[in-house]
Amino acid sequence: MTRFLQLTVNGLANGAILSLAALGFVLIYKATEVINFAQGQFLVIGAFMVYNANVTWGLPWPLAVLVGIVAGILLGLAVERLILRRLVGESSLAVIMVTIGLASALFGIVLMTWGAEPKGPPKFVPSGTVRLFGDVAVAANRLWAVGVAVVVFVAVALFFQRSRHGVAMRAVADDQQAAMVQGISVNRIFAFAWALAGAAGCVGGLLLASINSNTGLELEGFAILVFPVVILGGLDSIMGTVVGGGIIGLLVEYTKSYWGINASQILPFVILVAILLVKPYGLFGQVRIERV
Amino acid sequence: MATATGVYHTTYGRDFALRHTRAEYARLALLGAFAVVLPFTLDKYWLSYVNLILLAAVAAVGLMILTGYTGLISLATAGFLGVGAYTTANITTRLHWPMPVGVLCGTVLAAAIGAVFGLPALRVKGLYLAISTFAAQAILNNRFRDWPWLVQGHFSIGAKTPAIGHHVMRSDFEWYWLLLVITGFVVWGGVNLFRTGFGRALIAIRDQDIAAEVIGVEVGRYKVMAFSIACGLAGFAGALQAHYRNVVTWERYDFDTSFLFVAMIIVGGLGSVSGAVYGAAFMTWVPAYITRVGQGIQQGSSGTPFIIRELPAIQLGLFGVVIVAFLLFEPRGLARLWQRAKDYFRIWPFRY
Repeated sequence: MTRFLQLTVNGLANGAILSLAALGFVLIYKATEVINFAQGQFLVIGAFMVYNANVTWGLPWPLAVLVGIVAGILLGLAVERLILRRLVGESSLAVIMVTIGLASALFGIVLMTWGAEPKGPPKFVPSGTVRLFGDVAVAANRLWAVGVAVVVFVAVALFFQRSRHGVAMRAVADDQQAAMVQGISVNRIFAFAWALAGAAGCVGGLLLASINSNTGLELEGFAILVFPVVILGGLDSIMGTVVGGGIIGLLVEYTKSYWGINASQILPFVILVAILLVKPYGLFGQVRIERV
Repeated sequence: MATATGVYHTTYGRDFALRHTRAEYARLALLGAFAVVLPFTLDKYWLSYVNLILLAAVAAVGLMILTGYTGLISLATAGFLGVGAYTTANITTRLHWPMPVGVLCGTVLAAAIGAVFGLPALRVKGLYLAISTFAAQAILNNRFRDWPWLVQGHFSIGAKTPAIGHHVMRSDFEWYWLLLVITGFVVWGGVNLFRTGFGRALIAIRDQDIAAEVIGVEVGRYKVMAFSIACGLAGFAGALQAHYRNVVTWERYDFDTSFLFVAMIIVGGLGSVSGAVYGAAFMTWVPAYITRVGQGIQQGSSGTPFIIRELPAIQLGLFGVVIVAFLLFEPRGLARLWQRAKDYFRIWPFRY
């Protein structure tokens, strides 16, 4: 029982971080209908920027995180302005492939800038374990990461419910033409979505780096798990990323422990294909009626 | 030289012909002569790259049929190369069956697995389908890496060098002729596929799937078949590559390789079979050339120069930049550039 509880807590913690990693992905898809295959690189770059600012430049943690977020926002804006804006109205084929090319280019840049050797986590991440419910040991860095993820998700939810820009983004996601008629600048909303996704990527990357206790290219391997998460939850649903992240996180932990590490690496992708066959728009995604 | 300044066909047969003018036949003959002379002029290093280009072209033509003509993306080309390679390696080393049987089994198995991952095409389109193939790549690559039975408990697995009678085919020179014939057949088949009803149905699906359905094309079935053809050709290329290189390791079949094939067909030009060949040549030759240049620099200076140390990074980054640049500036790729050059000279000195 203790083992099961332990796995559940770990799985939920991983799930929270996966959700955050998937958030940037969903933000972009919701607003612009672009699948960003470079989101994994956004995570890696965010993690490296924070590491760089904190450990190499010796900045205190609030500044380091700020540097990372600003870098993420600039990256998102640059990608939107220089590449994706030129492809508005092109076929989804071209758009997908441009983000694949972007992923490859960014990967090359990361490799050249920071090298292939993994670095440690940023210094401000807590270490050690905390005991919950009597005898369930949880790594402190995981708890910390879950805390940050919850804060970010509450902030995002509030943003979409209360703020002017959040409502405008939802309007654009619903119907671009209607939003334009209301006087919303769709271009600015697109840029805004990419900037938010860059920032979310940075925070997600930072959290991934802290639970894996290293900052390196391996993060990308973890980052590809966002695909099962977003397909399970629904590509355009923020609620879906939370639930999908939780489910995938738990399943990975359970299968890893009860069935073996190989099964846990494959299972999310088997689920992905199964979901596409059975319920293609996921648990919470908006069902679009179209001829296939 | 006869040139065509307009359309003067009087029979359907003439209209359907792939080549209309004597200049076009002359160019084909020149290409044939070039292919015959080429292996006598190259050293072993570059000839091995020519062979790799021919192998890549087989898989690239398959991907072109899927992406360039049917409008579906596959991010799993490397995975299916691997299916072919591991299948033939296991069959020829364990069961001791001859190489053609192994290659055939690899091709069929890759086509079958490809059809399974193409099944979501019955429910979803576009973006979702791309993610399905992404999952295929993740699953297949994981199996290659962590399935002890498949690699017989080793890190890598050997594939036999083929033999004709008692003569073992080892040299690049002999392989060149074999691969030239095979690739020639695949390209010829690819070009002619789009003059058949089946090929035209695929093009109809790409251009407007609802209209295709209306005129009686079973969209779902054709999409799955396109997946199956593309994956089968990838498996075929992978199986041949396994025998050519004698050793099969999982690193060769990861995401980067899949992206490389996507880059090939974009650079070559979507919607053109010859473009797939240009793309395969370009994307295989450029890294080889960069490596050579890097080695040249290394001999001239002491220590490890930047370009050698960062070679993998530079290659990956360059692939990405090339994909993005072609999509933004010349979405129809090298094939279109070549077409434009031909048009320019055909009607010279007039502008149009």
